[in-house]
Amino acid sequence: MPRRYGVVLALVGAAACTPPEVRLHPPDHYPERLSAWGVVQARGNGLVLGQGVTPYDVNTPLFMDHALKLRTVWIPGNTGARFLRHSRYDLPVGTVLSKSFFYPLRAGVAQAVAGWDGDVGRFDLRSVHLVETRLLVRQSSGWDALPYVWRGDDAYLSPTGAIERFDLAVEGATAPLDYVVPTGNECASCHATTATREILPLGINTRQLNRGYHGADANQLAAWRDRRLLNGLPDPADWPRNADWRLGEGSTEHLARSYLDANCGHCHNPESVVDTTGLWLDYGAHALRRMGACKPPIAAGRGTGGRRYSIVPGEPEASILTFRMAATHPSERMPELGRTLVDRRAVDIVARWIEALAGACG
Amino acid sequence: MTFLSTLVAACIGGCGNPPETMPATPVPAFTADTLMLALETAQPGDVIAVPEGRFDFRRGLTLTADGVTIRGAGMDASVLRFAEQVAGAEGLLVTGSDFTIEDLAIEDTAGDALKINGGRNIVVRRVRTEWTNGPDTENGAYGIYPVQTENTLVEESVAIGASDAGIYVGQSRNVIVRNSRAEWNVAGIEIENTVGADVHGNVATRNTGGILVFNMPDLPQAGHSTRVFDNDVLDNSTPNFGAPGSAVASVPAGSGIIVTANDRVEVFDNRIGGHRTGNVLISSYFSAGYSGEREVQPTFDPYPETLSLYANTFGRGGHEPDLAELDAVRRALYGEDGRLPDIVWDGFRNPEKTGSEFAICVEDPDADLLDLDADDGYANPGVDATAHECRHERLAPVRLAAR
Repeated sequence: MPRRYGVVLALVGAAACTPPEVRLHPPDHYPERLSAWGVVQARGNGLVLGQGVTPYDVNTPLFMDHALKLRTVWIPGNTGARFLRHSRYDLPVGTVLSKSFFYPLRAGVAQAVAGWDGDVGRFDLRSVHLVETRLLVRQSSGWDALPYVWRGDDAYLSPTGAIERFDLAVEGATAPLDYVVPTGNECASCHATTATREILPLGINTRQLNRGYHGADANQLAAWRDRRLLNGLPDPADWPRNADWRLGEGSTEHLARSYLDANCGHCHNPESVVDTTGLWLDYGAHALRRMGACKPPIAAGRGTGGRRYSIVPGEPEASILTFRMAATHPSERMPELGRTLVDRRAVDIVARWIEALAGACG
Repeated sequence: MTFLSTLVAACIGGCGNPPETMPATPVPAFTADTLMLALETAQPGDVIAVPEGRFDFRRGLTLTADGVTIRGAGMDASVLRFAEQVAGAEGLLVTGSDFTIEDLAIEDTAGDALKINGGRNIVVRRVRTEWTNGPDTENGAYGIYPVQTENTLVEESVAIGASDAGIYVGQSRNVIVRNSRAEWNVAGIEIENTVGADVHGNVATRNTGGILVFNMPDLPQAGHSTRVFDNDVLDNSTPNFGAPGSAVASVPAGSGIIVTANDRVEVFDNRIGGHRTGNVLISSYFSAGYSGEREVQPTFDPYPETLSLYANTFGRGGHEPDLAELDAVRRALYGEDGRLPDIVWDGFRNPEKTGSEFAICVEDPDADLLDLDADDGYANPGVDATAHECRHERLAPVRLAAR
């Protein structure tokens, strides 16, 4: 907490400046209020994280209608998470992950901006529109997904999600947005795609965590390792890494593959049972055909946009991939969940990648 | 939100273990939110009753729990309406197993109406999926859409107005589609990359194509062993309104039964007529129209093999094909007013599978099979009855595993 508030806090009382303690709740007694978890709480005009709650950042975020995100992890006890492979860590029972979605406000209107500084201490509820916080809670029976919707100074459990309508300014143009908070079952649509259908965290992997928190020098994974939040990590030289999307670093191919990995790969991968399309977009060593080159659609319906192949090398304007990324109708857009707006920058980068691909479809 | 919060609070307080004495408060009316919450909190064994009424949704519904039954009061009485849908690619998406849905309707979804992805032991009974505006390219793709399922029964259901297939079974195993009606879709009933399907007792009418048995490349499972029998496949002549680029967009209007690149398919005891392109069309993947290329993955078999057709009753067909090449063949062989035989095959042969066990066997004594010779640029189309005088061992009926 910044030192300049010290005097005020002293007046308010010592209790107010102690971070809340994280409290776990069993599956049949999930609290209606987010504050009951002690993970992320509104306090005054700010936000506080619970004791031992660590904010983290990912290299290539999932695009969700330009929402900014505060992600946290809390791992109980001294056991820490166990490294299984770069795409999957085993987090112990009692782990709570949170992701809060917000927009900065200007003159009362939500703004689409590229990023934020990650400083929770400077978070001011008067200058942001905080929409929702999603929890992933590791119970002994597996992960549970809980959507909480903010109303005033707390967020409330909303298993059926919500559709929140507010104005959003994107590059100067303000228009009403139907912001869609997922239902609990919809969380599973992205998070439970392996044959076991168990819900799994998505961003908790080497490729995404291998970076400094919001541009800090210290690598998050190294810090987690040093704090014994994560055990069994192999040598840092072998850590894969998605492109830092906000910096736009790396080759067009690396950016495009990273984006597809983070935004499409949770369904479109060889282990997924919800991939009925035979299209693989995770950051694996896939043949170009598997990633859609000259591959006809299976059940895309209107989602083809009249185009014949997922990717036509050299011709983004003839590729289904870019059509679906640029589409907004629910039956045409991809991903199916998580956005109603178009990520123009991503469309441009994926288009540039396709443009540079060599080859031709017969 | 107040209402939602109340529901949530009520649920957390009491869904699992209702208190001994319930306060005498009136039961809240069943609303769209009631159904959404029931789906969210569903447990195995739950029966979610949807009363008579019209229920409007702005987002798709999702069910992940196993062992759930959704039961309406009739396909015209309990109607889930999605005309105002802003989110979700389906009306109802189900990923659980041991799922039954019966006696309700799903209308005007933005995308697919009912998608069942990956479960086992699925029953869809007396369900109607419909786009109420009639055939329209803007309609969702599939009506009743089980994909990657096992032990699946679709019966006494109705699918109307899908811009792809009304009833579409994809990449599944052990499937029965029976006594259902598919009308005003691009494809009425489509069995795709599925192993073991019985399609019988159905009415497929006024679609672009009636019943399709397809194999598509690049998928984990190749389909085979489908029996299409005792169906009324009549007057499927609606102009194709499929989205350009979709697989069925190339189905010519006036197609009865189409078998593409699928193996071990039996077509028998059907009543097939009123199809200007053709009553039965058999094709390789090469002439299915959605891939200009002949390069497919090495493991994909693009040829239809080991087909049996027998005891079908044919009405008018092949008199005005919706395909220029086909119409040219018709005129050349049968004259300006002539019509094509009841069974038309593109003639692509697998050079490595020429044995009679892979042949298309036509046991219908009155039906001819026209070989278009399309793999040789339609150079020598004609009927060669002897090449198709054969008989394959019959497929066993599909038996669904008991729950």
